[in-house]
Amino acid sequence: MNKSGNDMLSTRFDRPDGHLLSVYEAEGGYKALKTALASMQPTEVRDVVKDSGLRGRGGAGFPTGVKWGFVPADADEVYFFVNADESEPGTFKDRLLLDYDPHQTIEGTIISCFAVKAKTAFVYIRGEFGWLIDRVQVAVNEAYAAGYLGKNILGSGFDLEMIVHKGAGAYICGEETGLINSVEGRKGQPRLKPPFPAVSGFLDKPTIVNNVESVASVPWIITNGAEAYKNFGTEKSCGTKLFSVSGPVKNPGVYEIPLGLPFREFFNEQLGGMADGEKLKAVIVGGSSVPVLTAEEAMNVNLDYESLTNAGTMLGSGGMIIIPESSDMVELIQVLMHFYFDESCGQCTPCREGTGWLHKIVKKMRKGEGTVGDLDLLEHVCQGMAGLTICPLSDAAVMPMRSFIEKFRPEFEALIQETAPAGNCSLWPRGEQE
Amino acid sequence: MSENSFTLSAESLAQIEALIAQYPTKASALMPCIWVIMDEVGHVPPAGVDLLMSKLDVSRARIYEVLTFYTMFRTEPQADYTLQVCHNISCHIMGARPLIAHLEKRLGVRLGETTPDNMFALEGVECLGACGMGPCLQLGKHLYEHLTNEKVDKILESLRKGIVPTADTDRLPAGSGE
Ligand SMILES: Cc1cc2nc3c(=O)[nH]c(=O)nc-3n(C[C@H](O)[C@H](O)[C@H](O)COP(=O)(O)O)c2cc1C
Ligand code: SF4
Ligand code: FES
Repeated sequence: MNKSGNDMLSTRFDRPDGHLLSVYEAEGGYKALKTALASMQPTEVRDVVKDSGLRGRGGAGFPTGVKWGFVPADADEVYFFVNADESEPGTFKDRLLLDYDPHQTIEGTIISCFAVKAKTAFVYIRGEFGWLIDRVQVAVNEAYAAGYLGKNILGSGFDLEMIVHKGAGAYICGEETGLINSVEGRKGQPRLKPPFPAVSGFLDKPTIVNNVESVASVPWIITNGAEAYKNFGTEKSCGTKLFSVSGPVKNPGVYEIPLGLPFREFFNEQLGGMADGEKLKAVIVGGSSVPVLTAEEAMNVNLDYESLTNAGTMLGSGGMIIIPESSDMVELIQVLMHFYFDESCGQCTPCREGTGWLHKIVKKMRKGEGTVGDLDLLEHVCQGMAGLTICPLSDAAVMPMRSFIEKFRPEFEALIQETAPAGNCSLWPRGEQE
Repeated sequence: MSENSFTLSAESLAQIEALIAQYPTKASALMPCIWVIMDEVGHVPPAGVDLLMSKLDVSRARIYEVLTFYTMFRTEPQADYTLQVCHNISCHIMGARPLIAHLEKRLGVRLGETTPDNMFALEGVECLGACGMGPCLQLGKHLYEHLTNEKVDKILESLRKGIVPTADTDRLPAGSGE
């Protein structure tokens, strides 16, 4: 895949041998673990990660070291979950981390478990990544054989078991409490918070859930220190971030860039601009659940947490979807609403019914049966869905819906008034199923 | 499939025992144990549910809850080859719909249907985590990326001969990706 020269996470991407323990060790792998186990207290590890400013890369951007600090100091049994459910549309970075460099994530997990005193770690990989799970399991086996996992790791007295758990096709299991329920052998329905998992999670024990990329950043931070990490990125958005770029740009792929890079520079210099014959219309910067930006807005943002929040959107998972002028926005929102309706776990009425309504109304509009009141009705449904549910999936449907209408209203209106040019929906003939 | 015809190989039974020993509680081993049965049988028949109940001490209701919640678990026998095409946003932008239309034409079935000879099922699925390599299609553990009509034709041709063609993710050769 693609790199940008600032790589701390992606050094072994695109290498045929980067997944091997011998290669990882030869390039300094597992040194951070040795350092942590031999010369640091768990609280020191936590403090270094906290000082580095590392924020969760799974979507919410919560400071990793701070989250670790919520585990009660006297907890006797703590669980750690690596979230490799990677199902947010537009996101395909964690699979590269686990595919090309599984030991980096394994080492990061062991250090993280040491920091929070967890003795069992689950790596929850989405079921569709069947091809990847075998590869990760081989790496875990290698780590056990080398004494990095199991009892009394490297003679330190620290024990850790690592279990690779295969999901089975449910977006909602990426939500941390849905993930926990899933491993308990239940439907992956999210739990009401509080209590937060760090206090009461798996089997009602303190549980930390971290994204693959968050965990994979830990060895570098331990080896190089918090200050070195802060040299990358901005004051509040520290470090580098993997962006998964899809859509008709010249060079789609996964890029590691320092946070704060202007989108314009990233787009022109690294993505190579649009593919021949395409023109940029809109960008979804952080996975399908964040508000869309128009091309003009995108050209004026920097890619960090604060700049994107100020621009009315979010960094999310870094799943950057490039939308060309040739795309019909109503068609795309129908695709997304179908997704959220499909993936709603169904336990909250506003989400279960609301996602269904949003999908139904958009579908009706695309069948040519839209009425003038439909845009108000969509907004009305959104009002009944936002901020009212157990987990943020409901909001995740509302954010694209609202922003698509707000920023591309003429396309919706044209469809309602049936003035849309015929053949506009060439990719997906109007009125078709779904 | 009748209940009586359900037998699990000794290896699978041993795997189930190992999972029960590995997981913190018996119930937490439910998903991986279902996967053991799925991998061997292709679906979980009623007798498989009985087996899980006795091994894991969980209720029939709970097992069915789990079996029906997760889209990859199946309780009915499946087609020989279930082709799952991503129809989510990035793949859609890159042409998933025309690709699906092409597959429908080639297979003579609509999305969501199975060919009368039970060889192919065609399903539309949500994001497969290959958005930058779309359109894409999953067949069991194999993920085919950067698809075109011609590539799909080759895949079908090979499957008709009983050969699962090498997928983009089967082994990542040097310099793969971009
Ligand atoms: C509907 C939904 C889906 C999610 N999917 C994922 C996912 O696939 N991977 C992930 O790491 N986090 C996902 N999250 C976020 C997790 O709940 C959680 O915040 C994250 O794993 C914490 O890790 P981090 O602090 O390292 O980011 C999802 C959240 C929601 C609400
Ligand atoms: S908001 Fe939706 S997905 Fe989340 S718990 Fe409620 S019903 Fe389930
Ligand atoms: S949108 Fe098709 S793989 Fe992600």
